[in-house]
Amino acid sequence: MGMRKVAVVGAGMTKFVRRAQETGKELSYEATKMALDYCDLTLNDVDCVVHGTAPDTFDGVHMKGEYLSDGSGGWRKPYTRCYVGGGTGVFTPIHGWYHVASGMFDICLVVCEEKMSSCQPHPQGAFLTIFDHTTERPLGPNLLWIFAMEMNRYMHTYGLKKEDIALVSVKNKRNAANHPCSLLGDADITLEDVLNSEVLAWPVQRLDVSPVTDGAVALVLAAEHVARRISDKPVWIEGVGWNLDTAYWTNRDLCYPRYVENAARMAYDMAGITEPRKQIHIAEPYDPFDYKELHHLEGLQLFDRGKAPEATALGITQRDGDLPVCPSGGLLGVGNPIAAAGLMKVAELFWQLREEAGARQVPGQPKRGVAQAWGDLMQVGTVIVMGV
Amino acid sequence: MTQKIEKFPGVYLRESDFREGRVIFNEWKPNAQYAWDAGVAIGRYLAELKEGRLIGVHCRGCRRTVIPPRNFCEWCFRPMDDWVTLPDTGTVNTFSLCYVTWDMQYLDVPEISAVIDIDGTMPPVGIMHMLGDVDPDAVRIGMRVQAVWKPAEEREGSILDIKYFRPMTNDK
Amino acid sequence: MSENVAIVGIGYTSFRPLTPELSYKELMYEAAVKAYEDAGLDPRRDVDSFVTVAEDLIEGTSIFDEYVPDQLGGLLKPNVTIPGEAIHGLATAYMQIASGIVDVVALEAHSKASNVLTLPYITAYAMDPVLNRPLGANPAFIAGMEMTRYLHVSGATREQCALVVAKNKRNALYNPAAAYGAAIEAEDVLNAEMIAYPLTQQDISPHADGAIVLVLAAADVAESLTDVPIWIRGIGWCNDSPTLETRAWGRAIYAEEAGKRAYRMAGIRNPTEEVDFAEIDDAYSYKELQHLEALGFCRFGEAGLITAEGVTDVNGILPVNVSGGSLGVGHLLDASGLRAVAEVAMQLRGEAGARQLPDIETGLAFGWRGVPSTSGAAVVLSN
Repeated sequence: MGMRKVAVVGAGMTKFVRRAQETGKELSYEATKMALDYCDLTLNDVDCVVHGTAPDTFDGVHMKGEYLSDGSGGWRKPYTRCYVGGGTGVFTPIHGWYHVASGMFDICLVVCEEKMSSCQPHPQGAFLTIFDHTTERPLGPNLLWIFAMEMNRYMHTYGLKKEDIALVSVKNKRNAANHPCSLLGDADITLEDVLNSEVLAWPVQRLDVSPVTDGAVALVLAAEHVARRISDKPVWIEGVGWNLDTAYWTNRDLCYPRYVENAARMAYDMAGITEPRKQIHIAEPYDPFDYKELHHLEGLQLFDRGKAPEATALGITQRDGDLPVCPSGGLLGVGNPIAAAGLMKVAELFWQLREEAGARQVPGQPKRGVAQAWGDLMQVGTVIVMGV
Repeated sequence: MTQKIEKFPGVYLRESDFREGRVIFNEWKPNAQYAWDAGVAIGRYLAELKEGRLIGVHCRGCRRTVIPPRNFCEWCFRPMDDWVTLPDTGTVNTFSLCYVTWDMQYLDVPEISAVIDIDGTMPPVGIMHMLGDVDPDAVRIGMRVQAVWKPAEEREGSILDIKYFRPMTNDK
Repeated sequence: MSENVAIVGIGYTSFRPLTPELSYKELMYEAAVKAYEDAGLDPRRDVDSFVTVAEDLIEGTSIFDEYVPDQLGGLLKPNVTIPGEAIHGLATAYMQIASGIVDVVALEAHSKASNVLTLPYITAYAMDPVLNRPLGANPAFIAGMEMTRYLHVSGATREQCALVVAKNKRNALYNPAAAYGAAIEAEDVLNAEMIAYPLTQQDISPHADGAIVLVLAAADVAESLTDVPIWIRGIGWCNDSPTLETRAWGRAIYAEEAGKRAYRMAGIRNPTEEVDFAEIDDAYSYKELQHLEALGFCRFGEAGLITAEGVTDVNGILPVNVSGGSLGVGHLLDASGLRAVAEVAMQLRGEAGARQLPDIETGLAFGWRGVPSTSGAAVVLSN
């Protein structure tokens, strides 16, 4: 059986807002309709639908995949939902990829949605339930704890200071000022703003974190023979990889995301990339917290361990730098509707590689980009390499 | 963005929209209750906690001792070989000073969560717990700590049978 | 394309109403060890990818995929969770192999229904939050309403549905892994306590705990591992409307579409002649009849008649749910479909012991996600 070539031919997204009026179904519909319109297709042309969405406890519906199926175009069609926590946003296009690469379908709709605002009194509370019910939940843990602990370990291991890390937040929030869907874009934010923001869970401060958000993103994938017919510039999925580390997260050293490295190697292998630092022109690593961008850049083999902060300080990861990172503005700037956030990064690569990113366009005609998402108890890496 | 897309959908609602009755909404409180079977490995862990002890397991093939217990070694996939009673002391691997609760209430005095590598595990592995009896500014990675237990009659067979870990008074 | 992925390993725990001595991780480990032993594989070395089927609110833990890799041998390997029917997970594993990115995939599903204290409330939590939930009704009413409509349009009777219950529970007496085998008659079913008219307590399959792991492999690997690879000849899945107000109520359109796609891929034009036996979702008694028609084993309105005639008995011309189905084995929530696939595969291998069917080549397994969904998946297997 062959591995058929698959391309992204259309993309759409809603604004990322703190609290949307639209229901989850409506958010899914808006993004999906936009993606189909982008490549002049209708639902009749679509062979299958895949949906990615993170904890059901946010939207407040059990079997959330079923509830969202009609809004995502899944009526009377083959429809499945996939789920790897925060990694879902980049896993869902991978799930769509093998729907087409396997030869079973030619045109696949990929939809990611999150409506976190439904959860009261604060969506943060839903994260309590990700911890082990017997050995950890009784302690009343907060999601911020484990991020803060991982950030602390990373800083300790490589001798980093808050200043080294906060630069990422500044870069991404400034980049997001050029993103029409962004929640937190701020062209004028400074390093002092981030360092002076209130401490939530030391070492994590308020402006180190991306907030709870609602939103949806959709892509249209097509097999090669279809893509060449309907798109003037298909963006090919050249490599996919995914990897999950142990549930016993307290048994590992948190300073390095080895699961991101494994996922990246799987994707680079498939894409035939032997020198990622030269062959990757844009990176969209998952950045729910500023230190995570650095952590993931190292896992993606784009910088040596502990060296990503230095590269940031030197401006290498700016839009006009040698390796632009999160030109979209990332989660820190655009917002973090968990599954949709990851897919937003893949959509960004789609627009960047087609040179349609407007004010966010990375110069120099980039040809290849990598998007990565992450989640769970500091465990999962999902990576996709796209190229034109 | 791309020239093809002019307007992005998404209507932003504000807290005031709800307070002032401009938005209709309904509420639902889920009734989701579970009684999880602890099983062999965690069942023993809880029973030992009730006795004021920490217990781990050992894989002879991988020559590793880990906590919390599990009946399989995830590295080699063989069943774990031995139970190992562990000391209730350890080293802080990482920690955080948290000024908000799980449902975003603000705290004046931070909760200090930590991963504590337990002595006797090999290579060192940790469990998550809280630190107490310590000045938040004095907490360091590498600090040696000791469990503070609830009195025997209050212990239930729960991770909370340990109240918290505090700095050891003399270093080993 | 259709004969390039096979089932090479099967492992499962027994299915029981309670499993108090084992945690879900320990159940999964047991099923996994058996499956890898059966396949002759070391998961740490030979299995490329892991697919689990689970729903957060059934497990009581959000982002449940966090907790799966260790006990399956999937540490630091590709893992994904599919919140769907187990056969959706099978489709995922199939496509991963067919795409060429991996060769060997382990697929897992389990039920710890006994640990869910408020299961009907959680099922209600799957209903539309604005239009349906506020009615505050036990979601069993959705199945009751569908049964009423189904009986009305098909002409099937409550007695014929009760015969399904008697058949399946009797079949389960020959299945050592089954929890609810019983020698009862249709009358006992009709006289049982009414739960949601016209469903009595006996029309509703009771829950059971247990875990199942299958190992799938690409053709060349499969042939080197076993003399009896069980080939996935066709697989299909489909959703109808999730909304109660806009779905079709009498016919199981999701099953019709899933079946058509699976048959097309398998090159099957006439299921009644080309499929020898089937394991078809019977979460509620009438569902077996409704699904039989939807999957093309008889014309619409005839399922009750052929059941009464004994066509679907263990010694009939189309044995259905020889394992006992959910009614006889126990309903394993979303893992039910994987139990059905395992049964079909074991039968095709000749490993079904006292309930072995003679001279079989092709079987079908069909799973449905239960109330309030209209989501189902079908797979055709051959030896």
